[in-house]
Amino acid sequence: MNEMKLKAVDRRTFIIGAGASAAALAGLSSLAQATPQEAADFLAKLTGGKTPAPGKVKLEMPEIAENGATVPVKVTAETPQNEGDNCKSIAIIATKNPRPRMCVFHFTPRSGKATAAIRVRLATTQEVWAVAEMSDGSWHIAKTTVKVTIGGCGG
Amino acid sequence: MAKARVKVPKTAKAGDVITIKTLIKHKMESGNRKDKKTGKKIPKHIIDKFTAKFNGEEFFSSDWDTGVSANPYCSFTCRVDKSGEFEFAWHDEKGEVTTKKASITVG
Repeated sequence: MNEMKLKAVDRRTFIIGAGASAAALAGLSSLAQATPQEAADFLAKLTGGKTPAPGKVKLEMPEIAENGATVPVKVTAETPQNEGDNCKSIAIIATKNPRPRMCVFHFTPRSGKATAAIRVRLATTQEVWAVAEMSDGSWHIAKTTVKVTIGGCGG
Repeated sequence: MAKARVKVPKTAKAGDVITIKTLIKHKMESGNRKDKKTGKKIPKHIIDKFTAKFNGEEFFSSDWDTGVSANPYCSFTCRVDKSGEFEFAWHDEKGEVTTKKASITVG
């Protein structure tokens, strides 16, 4: 393939191609995998169409997870967590799991800190999002990519 | 009743933010797995709600979906200013509720 042809492959065709191969893979493992688009749709529904800003929320996950069945996650929102200024909730979203919503934490000022840890399943190597809702109505997002050696959603 | 474990500090100073660790034994059946013998899908069966109360006040809760691992572990924090009792509850989607209590002395 020459350079001209490479350039001619636009983003759309590339995505369609990638989607098709992903679908083929999913067929092999008989696993209905959600697309990043479904994750984006879920995010839009969650925030009511608002685009979350980066920052204020921290998402800690290992870079490489050998076993996708149990991957530790820690989320923290940078707030004083008092009556006037607190984080209401943090959702953890998977972009390539059968279901995008993995879990949602609900905090109160009594929580003292807006932080929680859990273990999740990851079907494959993918990007994970942490989306925080603040008491002032703003939304914040953090993203990280986790490499998964063995998928954890069964098959 | 599923078997649950919680770790809460026995004592704390007023105003301290303490960390609580919880663990429950549950398969968290995702509904994506197939029975190897029959080839049929194993029905989804998960815990979908966890709540934590201190002296009757709910201070933390979490909604869980199939993306949460089997035997769910969850840790979070609480600001304590007086002695009291914690109550934790795991709600299974079939309506089964597992509860666990723990007390703390604040001085």
